[in-house]
Amino acid sequence: MNFLRNQLDKVKHSFEKGGKLEKYYYAYEALDTFLFAPNTTNDSKGVQIRDAIDLKRLMMTVIVAMVPCLLFGIWNVGHQHFLAIGQAGATLGDKILVGSIQVLPIVVVSYGVGLGIEFVFAILRKHPVNEGFLVTGMLIPLVMPPDIPLWQVGVATAFAVVIGKEAFGGTGMNVVNIALTARAFLYFAYPTDISGGVWTYLGDSQAVAGYSGATALSIAGDSVTAGTNVLSSFSSFGAGWNEGVFSFSNLFLGLIPGSIGETSTLMCLIGAFVLIATGAGSWKLIVSVFGGAYAMGLFLNLIGGNAYMEMPAQYHLVIGGLAFGAVFMATDPVTATQTEAGKWVYGLLIGIFTVLIRVFNPAYPEGIMLAILLMNVFAPLIDYFVVGANKKRRLQRATV
Amino acid sequence: MGKFIRLKKGFTINLKGKAAPKVVEMEQPETFVIKPTDFQGLYIPKPVVNVGDTVKAGSPLFHDKKHDNVIYTSPVSGEVVEVKRGEKRKLLEIKILSDKTIEHLQFKKYSVSEIANLSVAAVKEQLLNSGIWPSLIQRPYGVIADPAGTPKAIHISAFDSHPLAPDYNILFKGQDQYFQIGVDVLKKLTSGAVHINTHASNEISTVFSQVKNAEVNKFSGQHPVGCVGVQIHHLDPINKGDIVWTINPLGVIQIGKLFANGIYDASRIVALVGSEVKNPQYYKTYTGASVKKFIENNLNNDHVRVISGNPLTGTTIGKEGYVGYFDHQISILPEGDYYEFIGWITPGARKVSFHRSLGLFSFLSPNKERVVDTNTHGEPRAFVQTGVFEQVTPMDVLPTQLIKSILAEDIDEMEALGIYEVIEEDFALCEFVDVSKHKVQEILRDGLELVRNS
Repeated sequence: MNFLRNQLDKVKHSFEKGGKLEKYYYAYEALDTFLFAPNTTNDSKGVQIRDAIDLKRLMMTVIVAMVPCLLFGIWNVGHQHFLAIGQAGATLGDKILVGSIQVLPIVVVSYGVGLGIEFVFAILRKHPVNEGFLVTGMLIPLVMPPDIPLWQVGVATAFAVVIGKEAFGGTGMNVVNIALTARAFLYFAYPTDISGGVWTYLGDSQAVAGYSGATALSIAGDSVTAGTNVLSSFSSFGAGWNEGVFSFSNLFLGLIPGSIGETSTLMCLIGAFVLIATGAGSWKLIVSVFGGAYAMGLFLNLIGGNAYMEMPAQYHLVIGGLAFGAVFMATDPVTATQTEAGKWVYGLLIGIFTVLIRVFNPAYPEGIMLAILLMNVFAPLIDYFVVGANKKRRLQRATV
Repeated sequence: MGKFIRLKKGFTINLKGKAAPKVVEMEQPETFVIKPTDFQGLYIPKPVVNVGDTVKAGSPLFHDKKHDNVIYTSPVSGEVVEVKRGEKRKLLEIKILSDKTIEHLQFKKYSVSEIANLSVAAVKEQLLNSGIWPSLIQRPYGVIADPAGTPKAIHISAFDSHPLAPDYNILFKGQDQYFQIGVDVLKKLTSGAVHINTHASNEISTVFSQVKNAEVNKFSGQHPVGCVGVQIHHLDPINKGDIVWTINPLGVIQIGKLFANGIYDASRIVALVGSEVKNPQYYKTYTGASVKKFIENNLNNDHVRVISGNPLTGTTIGKEGYVGYFDHQISILPEGDYYEFIGWITPGARKVSFHRSLGLFSFLSPNKERVVDTNTHGEPRAFVQTGVFEQVTPMDVLPTQLIKSILAEDIDEMEALGIYEVIEEDFALCEFVDVSKHKVQEILRDGLELVRNS
């Protein structure tokens, strides 16, 4: 390691003030601090010792929490591919191979484009390269359909990083979740490429007879007009090529078509466990999103009225991207509410709005993306009231 | 009747090198120093001595240009050997070569019954003249108390919860009588009560438990439970316009000795602590002592940082430095100026962390004493609100929002969010746990000065 250190030290002076590569200091700093934790010590005044945590480690913790979703997603892309082309007997290796070929390029494009923009902005704006994108760069592929053209991933990532983040001042300053901005961009800019049969990767193969690329959300939406029970629509779906694909256990385990990383509620819960155990994500946010969605589902059950409203509330928790959104998107510390009391309100409203949008808005089958983006915008307002209550307590104390 | 308050939030940093319960009396250091920079809120120090002057313990060394009755006096008798100035002739320190036996300047002595009948003006005059006055700290802002003010209460924290903190039962053993006199004198200065705040699970010395004329409160919980600002917040919070004074028990005892014996007794016990000290223990000395003699032949290695005070709020003074006026502790930690290959991800339980992120295992063994160096363990980054400040701030104050209002220089917002209730030490843990390595204490001090001067 000494050799590496010596090489870095050798070139360091040309990046420092007065050096000929001074402009690129923060690019150098990013590499240097990636390879070596810096040798800086604390100032002579203030804390003399510091916690072993840093932003890189915190972000890595979140990435590790996403790994189960990613691995499962890779396998599931392959699994769904072979089901759809009528080769249910494909081996595990084949499924992983097909999934990797389809998914890994999306991950590479997302990281490449995003980090490239990060570095350019860091150099131009003269600020350090922040590690926040390490998480965003993983979130983006996980919310993409497996069949997405790579150029769209690149464009969406660029839009999200530039407009969603850098325009607001960079890491820590963005108002809306960056990964969801990328997804929403695709949703509105290329609607035909992110709806319909994109949820299963078919490749050049021919789909099996009777195959349909519908998702649980769209089936539930269609039951309203057809007037059929959602659960019986689920159980009759897939007859002939993938019988029982939308059983509750399949929905929970994630053996269904959908975005790469968000089909499996189980994998999201494993991620949630990692986030909560390590303290990297707020348990209040995760619990309140699930709680809000479940409560709203129950409430709609009570009212009844149409097939979707009568769908048992627990199904709302396992269909679509609710679990993924609750665990990885709602917990984004930058865009969520910052006060502890505010987190309950924020999470509950995300859950409630998700179910509302799903059930009552036929144009947008998936509610979680829009619900989180909406609440991102309202998070400062919630904080405003919580902080206001704190100020009021102080003021009342003074006047008594 | 005192109150019993349990705090749930906080984090006690468990470091190696706590002082053994042994007080050593060794040959005293030759030189002592009083540093005007130790006193927050001292406007411009005007020296009244020159090099070569002889002084007694209690003789004036300098006074504040703004409050010229606030006098800072010599802790020992001897000869002024250096008046050190920095940029723009700013007075940095006054150094005294100490006599072998200390001679005291004689102030007026009072019997117990005389003390009971003393007027407030007479009390203040005696405190000001002796140089003990600056041990009274005023909240808000944490500055030297204004002699013209009357506090609504006086708070004394009777324990220290900082890392490697000395045991107050050892520091103030046997001073019961003087502490009581000190409390009686202080009671005259406030319109309210004198609060003595003890830790519920520690053995409480009779110095504090038997005291009369004061409210004895109990606290339990993790650091910063020992910070007097946190205690005030839970007992009798500071509102806009309020004045509250705080004082260390040493100051109270010094007041007791001043009125009972008529002298400024600057003797004190300091704890020499830290993982790099061979024999961490207590030493008997005087205010402003040179650390040189204590650490000579007493260090495990040479590459160390010498800190006056504790590792969270202390000041680096170097091996030739002097203990600060308010410090009872010299902490010696290994310097952390080394690179660590992919140190941001290496797992282990060696480093202390409040967090439980990937690879940080110190939370599994919180009772293990650890060696911590002065490395920053990471580099400054953009502010990411992780909710962790709130977990180490056991007060109904929102640290993140307050810090942000200071960065925005919004004075109304700072007031509304409770800047009057806190000083640096109350937020030191926020700085410690910060993922983005901000200088939280420095930011808070800037905010306090902004409000104070507005």
